Amino acid sequence: MSHKEYVKEGSRMVPYPSGAIVPERDLNKTPVLEAMHLGIDFGGLTAVDDFSLTVGPTEIAGLIGPNGAGKTTVFNLLTNVYHPTRGNIMLNGYTTAGKTTAQVNQMGVARTFQNIRLFSNLSVLDNVKVGLHNEMKENLLSAMTHMFGYKKQEKQADERALELLDFFHMSSLAYDEAGSLPYGAQRRLEIVRALATSPKILLLDEPAAGMNPSETFELMENIRRIRDTFGIAVMLIEHDMKLVMSICEGICVLDHGKVIAKGTPEEIKANTRVIEAYLGKKTEE
Amino acid sequence: MITLIQALLNGLSLGSIYALIALGYTMVYGIAKMLNFAHGDVIMVGAYAVITSVVQAKMPGVLGVVVSIAICALLGVTIEFLAYRPLRKAASLTVLITAIGVSYLLQNVAQLIYGTEQKAFPELFDSIPTLTLGEVSIEGSLLLTLGLTAVIMAALTLFINYTRVGKAMRAVSEDKEAAELMGISVNRTITVTFAIGSVLAAVASVFYGASYTYIRPTTGAMPGIKAFTAAVFGGIGSIPGAMLGGILLGVIEQMSKTYISTKWSDAIVFGVLVLVLVIKPTGLLGKKISEKV
Amino acid sequence: MKTNLKQKLLNKTALTMSGIALLYLVLCLMVYSGMASRQLLLVILPISCHIVLAVSLNLVVGFLGELSLGHAGFMSVGLFTGCLVSIATVDVLPMAVRIPLSMIIGGVAAAAVGLVVGLPALRLKGDYLAIVTLGCGEIIKNVINNLHIKKGPLAGVLDGALGLNTKTIYSNIKQLLPFLIVLVLLVVWVVLNIQKSRHGRAIMAIRDNRIAAEATGINVTYYKLMVFILAAFFAGMAGVLYGHGFSIIKSAEFGYNFSIELLIIVVFGGMGKVHGSVIAAILLYTLPEIVLREFSDYRMLAYSIVLIVIMLLSENRRFKEWKDSVSLKKLFKKMFKSKTAVAVTETDAKEGGADES
Repeated sequence: MSHKEYVKEGSRMVPYPSGAIVPERDLNKTPVLEAMHLGIDFGGLTAVDDFSLTVGPTEIAGLIGPNGAGKTTVFNLLTNVYHPTRGNIMLNGYTTAGKTTAQVNQMGVARTFQNIRLFSNLSVLDNVKVGLHNEMKENLLSAMTHMFGYKKQEKQADERALELLDFFHMSSLAYDEAGSLPYGAQRRLEIVRALATSPKILLLDEPAAGMNPSETFELMENIRRIRDTFGIAVMLIEHDMKLVMSICEGICVLDHGKVIAKGTPEEIKANTRVIEAYLGKKTEE
Repeated sequence: MITLIQALLNGLSLGSIYALIALGYTMVYGIAKMLNFAHGDVIMVGAYAVITSVVQAKMPGVLGVVVSIAICALLGVTIEFLAYRPLRKAASLTVLITAIGVSYLLQNVAQLIYGTEQKAFPELFDSIPTLTLGEVSIEGSLLLTLGLTAVIMAALTLFINYTRVGKAMRAVSEDKEAAELMGISVNRTITVTFAIGSVLAAVASVFYGASYTYIRPTTGAMPGIKAFTAAVFGGIGSIPGAMLGGILLGVIEQMSKTYISTKWSDAIVFGVLVLVLVIKPTGLLGKKISEKV
Repeated sequence: MKTNLKQKLLNKTALTMSGIALLYLVLCLMVYSGMASRQLLLVILPISCHIVLAVSLNLVVGFLGELSLGHAGFMSVGLFTGCLVSIATVDVLPMAVRIPLSMIIGGVAAAAVGLVVGLPALRLKGDYLAIVTLGCGEIIKNVINNLHIKKGPLAGVLDGALGLNTKTIYSNIKQLLPFLIVLVLLVVWVVLNIQKSRHGRAIMAIRDNRIAAEATGINVTYYKLMVFILAAFFAGMAGVLYGHGFSIIKSAEFGYNFSIELLIIVVFGGMGKVHGSVIAAILLYTLPEIVLREFSDYRMLAYSIVLIVIMLLSENRRFKEWKDSVSLKKLFKKMFKSKTAVAVTETDAKEGGADES
């Protein structure tokens, strides 16, 4: 694990040749994610339209917008849970068209879900080990017989899983049933499981939902730590503006399935359309 | 030619019975989102109710049918209340296994009461004359089956579309939570659905008994599964779909019996089932149900 | 706590395996010394086959979380194919080669049908998949019921609804017992091992949350197929041995009702619990045969009621709370509740908790 401190290097957002903005340090690298004019219709109803976004390989990006704007639909498109009606998605320069959700994961996209989706009858450790599934080389014969390298493979996986759990101070819970964990721990476990698949970009769907301010602050630190430690991009859907504005380098605002603004937190804060569509409502409250 | 017309008519009659049963499956699936595996066995109970009331209690045929309808309606509502209501939020695997358990329970209770031997079904429709058109003769019971089924289906369609209860049923099948918020009692609507489905099953049991003449505890299982096929064939949750699917399946079964072999007819019907489910699980008139992520 | 649970996981396989081995050791002693009653000799074969069938069905129902109502169909494919092979080679091969060979061929045939059934059925889940498996089971039954062998050296052996004439390969329990022991131990061992492997975790992940499993990189189609094929393979092998124990086999026996009986065993033993399936297979077979003879009319009735009650209780919150409150852990605490031995209580209670469930 490399411990680069990206934030200290300075993260000025600069225009990418295509016009999209990425952190300056990511300028000469292939973007981890490029969504190009994505759109999807559900029975004649357009849920997302003309969605384009570029995320740099070590960027923390935010996807915000009012309820029902289509944010989760975007995540479902990016992971091929839904196949886009229009447009294309590139991961590190490779298209994901025609791939299954599992293949997209193997190409480097991991995610969490708005309503937590754990393997609730499995232990915490096993949840993480499911994440390590494609890294393990245990074949069916060794699985059936517990011979031919089984012990070595499992030991390695255990160690790696515990290491990842330790990252979130959860290794003491390793043998508990995932479904019995308290809410906050379940959310963290979902992130650990996603990280176990060695992603290049981590999609977090409302990670701070239901958390109190101190938990949210811890989460904020954790998201930065994930990016710094694993050197990956993080993209999050979040309603907590304070969280989004303080950790995201690039923000994309969605309203009625369309991108209405893209830019740095400062630009978003000053954007009148955003204030009308989203922040305006907040200040009225 | 005459064989073809005769087979077609028999197919229509059998199809009407399937359609009546399929309506129960499709309504329950549409509204409670569960496969009521025991629905087929309600038919068996209905048929035994007729046997007991007409043969043993010497009631007139019409009264026997009414008794059977009442018993089935009560049974359907009771099953829903005792076995399915506590599982409203459970996994579909749990509900399905419970339904299989209920199906088995009904069969075994019937076996204890009536024994495994088959019982003769009373000849209720003997008084209706056989219609002869040229060389084709149409039995009275067949005509009654076709006619009554058509009337019932028309009435049901009107009921679903124009009555308060019918509208509530449609609302619940669209969105349970929204319906609840609109002041519709989901539980009561589901109860009504089970009652209607069971009444239709009772009617089907009378026609089934009349055309097969013998009843045994396992009688309901096969028509039950075939009617479920019909419901899926037509598009689960769709009432016109259940009618269409039922009729089509009945005709297919009768045709394969007439022109291929009685021995293979079950394999053919199940073949249709597998093909429909695999190729077009939404059925002929069904809607696509997408999963929320 | 950590080590306790870990030990528990390690020991479960050993415990189940040694339990079964011990049971069969006793059976061997009784059978080969001539102490076993006629009644006992009669039930060994069906019980052993039911164990294999239930454990393999548990792979589908308990591990993968899908309902298969056509397991008996897979079994009969194996049975008829394997037994035909055995009949054809009865004069050529010694039993020690012929039976394992026919078991493997029967298993492969069943697995192939499992693949054919599984491949299109994979697009479906839940109720629809259950119905498709039911339909396929009935089709298999119907097809076998209409097969006749009219020419060649095996002419007349298989004659539609009259069944398969297995007189030539009939073997008594003394001959079959070694094969049964190997099969039961092998299947239980393999299934238990899979449960604690990368593949087993993937299968159970699909059961717990298919969408999350996909997003975590699990190839759901591959694993669903694998489970179907594996379960069919084991069921087919059990079928071959089953066929050797009778002189005539009719496919009508292996219909929907047979599949449901297997499902009942799996549910009684606990979904996802291999040792549970083994115990339930033994109990559900022996109780009515030996203990509850006079209540045999009520057997299926009782089963259906228990099936419903188990399902209802599994969803009942109050029952779950009650179950937790009467767990062994608590019991230990109560038993050792004396002011002088608080320290002992603590450790005992923990061990009790780990052994339980």
